Amino acid sequence: MIEIKDLHKSYKMGSNSLHVLKGINFSVEAGELVAIMGSSGSGKSTLLNIIGMLDEADEGEYDLDGIPIKNLNETKAANYRNKFLGFIFQSFNLINYKTALENVALPLYYQKMPRKQRQEKAMKYLEQVGLKEWSHHLPSELSGGQKQRVAIARAMVAEPKVLLADELTGALDSTTSYEVMELIQKINDQGNTILVVTHETDIAQMCKRIVYLRDGVIIKDEKVKQVRAKAHV
Amino acid sequence: MFSRDTWQEIFLTIRKNKLRTVLSGFTVSLGILIFVGLVGMTNGLQNTFEFFFSQDATNVIYIFPGRTSVPYKGYKSLRQIEFENDDLTDIKEDFSMFVEYISPRIFRSALVKYKEESNNYTTIGVDWGQQFAEKTIMMKGRYINQEDVKNRTKNVVIGRLVEQDLFGTMNSMGKFIDVGGSVFKVVGVFQDDGGDNEERQLYMAYTTRQLIEKNTDKIGQIVIGFKEELGYTGAMVFQRSLEKYLKDKKFISPDDENGFFVRNVADQLKQNQDFAGVLAIIAALVAFGTIIAGIIGISNIMVYVVKERTKEIGIRKAIGATPRSVISVILLESIFITTISGFLGMIIGMALLSTLGDKLMDDYFILNPGIGTGLAISATLVLILFGSLAGYIPAKRAARIKPIEALNDE
Repeated sequence: MIEIKDLHKSYKMGSNSLHVLKGINFSVEAGELVAIMGSSGSGKSTLLNIIGMLDEADEGEYDLDGIPIKNLNETKAANYRNKFLGFIFQSFNLINYKTALENVALPLYYQKMPRKQRQEKAMKYLEQVGLKEWSHHLPSELSGGQKQRVAIARAMVAEPKVLLADELTGALDSTTSYEVMELIQKINDQGNTILVVTHETDIAQMCKRIVYLRDGVIIKDEKVKQVRAKAHV
Repeated sequence: MFSRDTWQEIFLTIRKNKLRTVLSGFTVSLGILIFVGLVGMTNGLQNTFEFFFSQDATNVIYIFPGRTSVPYKGYKSLRQIEFENDDLTDIKEDFSMFVEYISPRIFRSALVKYKEESNNYTTIGVDWGQQFAEKTIMMKGRYINQEDVKNRTKNVVIGRLVEQDLFGTMNSMGKFIDVGGSVFKVVGVFQDDGGDNEERQLYMAYTTRQLIEKNTDKIGQIVIGFKEELGYTGAMVFQRSLEKYLKDKKFISPDDENGFFVRNVADQLKQNQDFAGVLAIIAALVAFGTIIAGIIGISNIMVYVVKERTKEIGIRKAIGATPRSVISVILLESIFITTISGFLGMIIGMALLSTLGDKLMDDYFILNPGIGTGLAISATLVLILFGSLAGYIPAKRAARIKPIEALNDE
């Protein structure tokens, strides 16, 4: 699903340049649940942003489901993000004046899907994350866990090839974190490919594979025995 | 870009962000309102000027007698200058190519009586031409004519209010009234736009007045109506040569400004028009400044709006919004708000002006203030255009920033 070869990225900081990714080789099969682990500054977020087409690599190759991701203009990148990727952020990033349902339906709006169809589909995904009764509430009326579940529904609604989650439990307490991870595992069980960036070991252990990143290189890449989150809830 | 969905998205955003909407809308409405008000008031001021000058003819020169201030040709200074009948005939003959009509004005106050009613009024001894100089409108009967002047008839033309005072609701035509001890027959009733004072006057033939005053030939003031086709420059030339001619005739030093006084209505009109013109330019500058201030105001708000929405834009971009859709939503929202509030401000301004009418006439000399619809709409469109442009620049910048940077914006 994801094919990355010899990826480099550096940031210019005044006269110095900071080499963040120093040749990443990495691939993900369809249906995998991968955790990318590393301390801050290891380059894990940069890697995720490049995979998410929010940022561009300096060097190297990146194929997403056989499509080379290179030299995209803004409009094309936006269309690819819309069709191929779903994002889940640490700070949820819901639009605060839109209801849960409207937030979930937004990616479909950019696919130019008719309004009615959009709302039906968004409602279906809200139901999947267990928030059907909260569909007409604003984000400010939801708890942290509920917000993140709305964000997950929004990431899922366009049926993307890959879900990208950046520290998705970073703003949640551990009980809520496990509930959210349980949902992630459930979605993965349905065959969806998911990448999770985290620095929490227990969250990483709930994935099927862990990639360790340090100073811009992969130091370890191993399959692990998945800890089911349900046991902790 | 103009799909129903886009508009639904815009309306939703407007509804959910009322403060922002009201703030930017208010700026635009206020800008247009002030613009419309200012231009309207200036127009009202110009209307007043025109109104004042429309009451009397503008192709008229008045000559008032004075006292000399320097000795000349054997005459002492402080000599009282008086005009006589032959001055009228001489001017008429020697300036025939300029003069359309000429009339003296002999002002006398007199007690006027009809039966039990009596009152003091101003009587003016005139020739027929005075009717045109004063733009006197006859309601009944006729004005003083050449026959009256020639035959020194005891006919009188009375003002509308004189008739009202003395006759009440009765008809005064053909009735005899006592004017300062002599009996006159009322041959006409007039009205005048110049106000109540002018309608409390009586006109008689100047020759009749002279006869009453022991057959004198003094005529008081001289009113000359010159031919309209002379224009402003012609009128000034006529005035200068007339002054020279009269100074010569009355033995007044060429340098003496006090022998008599000349009031040239055409000259005054020109001066007032120039003044009103300058006033209009100043008002136009201020109005232009108001529009500029409005544009700056809306620009500031748009910059703030886009800044406030940076994170939202980042979210939208992350889930697939193209730069075009980001720009179009922000831009359409700003155009929508500026258009609605701009025209609202314009309509309120024009409605306010139209309710004023002549209410400000007495204290502020503003009559029927108003603004051309074309000008008001153009000003509104300019503000909308620049408001949109002001929105477009930050919107474009917002659409260009990397979603990851926008997301980190707090």
